[in-house]
Amino acid sequence: MNVVIFYTFAAIILLFSLLAVTSRKILHAAVFLLFVLISTSGLYFLLEYYFLAAVQLTLYAGGIVVLIVFSILLTSGIDDRFPLVKPLKAAASGGLAILGIVLALAAVLRFPFAAASSNALVVDMKTIGRSLLSYDVNGYVLPFEAISILLLAAMIAAIVVAKKKGEKQS
Amino acid sequence: MNEKYIPRYDMTGVIQSIHEYFLSVMPAGLAYVTELVLIGILFLLFYAVVGLILVLAERKVAAFFQLRLGPYRVGPWGVFQTIADFIKLLLKEILEIKAADKFLFNLAPFIVIIASFMAIAAIPFGYSLHAIDFDMGLFYVLAVTSVGVLGVLLAGWSSNNKYSLIGAMRSGAQIVSYELSIGLSLMTIVVMIGSLQLSTIVQSQADGWWIFKGHIPAVIAFVIFLIASTAETNRGPFDLAEAESELTAGFHTEYSGIKFAFFFLAEYMNMFIAASIAATVFLGGWMPLHIGNLEWFNNIMDYIPAFVWYIGKTAFVIWILMWFKWTFPRLRIDQLLTLEWKYLLPINLINLVLAAFIVLMGWHF
Repeated sequence: MNVVIFYTFAAIILLFSLLAVTSRKILHAAVFLLFVLISTSGLYFLLEYYFLAAVQLTLYAGGIVVLIVFSILLTSGIDDRFPLVKPLKAAASGGLAILGIVLALAAVLRFPFAAASSNALVVDMKTIGRSLLSYDVNGYVLPFEAISILLLAAMIAAIVVAKKKGEKQS
Repeated sequence: MNEKYIPRYDMTGVIQSIHEYFLSVMPAGLAYVTELVLIGILFLLFYAVVGLILVLAERKVAAFFQLRLGPYRVGPWGVFQTIADFIKLLLKEILEIKAADKFLFNLAPFIVIIASFMAIAAIPFGYSLHAIDFDMGLFYVLAVTSVGVLGVLLAGWSSNNKYSLIGAMRSGAQIVSYELSIGLSLMTIVVMIGSLQLSTIVQSQADGWWIFKGHIPAVIAFVIFLIASTAETNRGPFDLAEAESELTAGFHTEYSGIKFAFFFLAEYMNMFIAASIAATVFLGGWMPLHIGNLEWFNNIMDYIPAFVWYIGKTAFVIWILMWFKWTFPRLRIDQLLTLEWKYLLPINLINLVLAAFIVLMGWHF
């Protein structure tokens, strides 16, 4: 059962990833990307890692794709299409992609995968919260804080960019 | 709360015996698939029935607020009106828009409806009456419902219609901003419970609902949740996305027949989900009204089945949401964003700190 579901998700991810990069309409590409991201969260559900699955849904599907679609809505018309790629370019990028796949497979397949004998680790909300904010060996407080500073900087930058220039409020 | 509260009328035995019956007549794998399909059909039926009832309720409530009778011809007091309407919608022609983006145009209603369909699976209808119940239940519901806005955005863009596009843009801005308030107001209660699992959330209210136990922060969070979820479901006074006096019908102007019905149904189901979450987190879900250790009172309340409690509370919240819609005038987009970013969000953040302080001092019950 799990194997069937896994291969279904994997097939969906592969198919729509391909469509996302080959589609000539930018919004179609964004929607295909959405399908890829949702199927990835399906894989996390299959692994019973619900936190990551929900994060994947809310951040990527509900957040980032919405932002992408939003900006496309503002900038692109319904008849806009990417120009066809020149054959040489297509061949070059296709070759690069295949090379990448071969390299990745060569690296992955050398690793001897064995089924884990220990029980599955239960990762609940409290474990995640504690390890995000702890200083211990398994603590992630430094990256957590660094990311929050990065987010703050991005937000301030967005406000600065969005502010009207030249107008002085009385 | 260490021991689990089990209601007087427990469905676990019935569900267990159905499961065992399936196992006895077919192999385990097939039984699993059959149960999945059956639960899916059950939810579809539930979806259709709730949709029909809610549309009728909306029309009756609207009539009540406007001193009218509302639908009155089909069946006694017009109770079959929505069924007739639904048949009419099914028989209507599905218009093909020549200049529309066909693929996205046809896809959009499904994204909206699937998002709400996925959310409803996690809602606890009674003790062990869950389709799925896991550690991140509440977070999962929020995550899934946030995908629905994509359907609205795509519908607006692919219709190739200025009204639709403006409606979609408004709806996008609105939903993305109000999602923050929804999450934060629920966080206030989650801080007190210490869990995101929906069954645990219900269990934690066996000695009183959080709206009573959580002091003032719970009440503030409840009000904010109601406002934000009204906005999130695109309902009046926040129905800018389909403001009929300005945008004909907003993002679904070009839709007809069953595809329009999908949007329509999804809106009502999203309202139902929002009401369910409000009922579950603040009003105890299927948990009967219990007051601390007042045994005789709790025992009387236990005689009312859990499902009735759940439906009753959800109906109550839905009624409040409808009351909102038919009382307040529609906001402008700038008023809408000001309300969220300058009022609700700061209040919410302060409220969250307050709740954390109360939990830290151990003042909640």
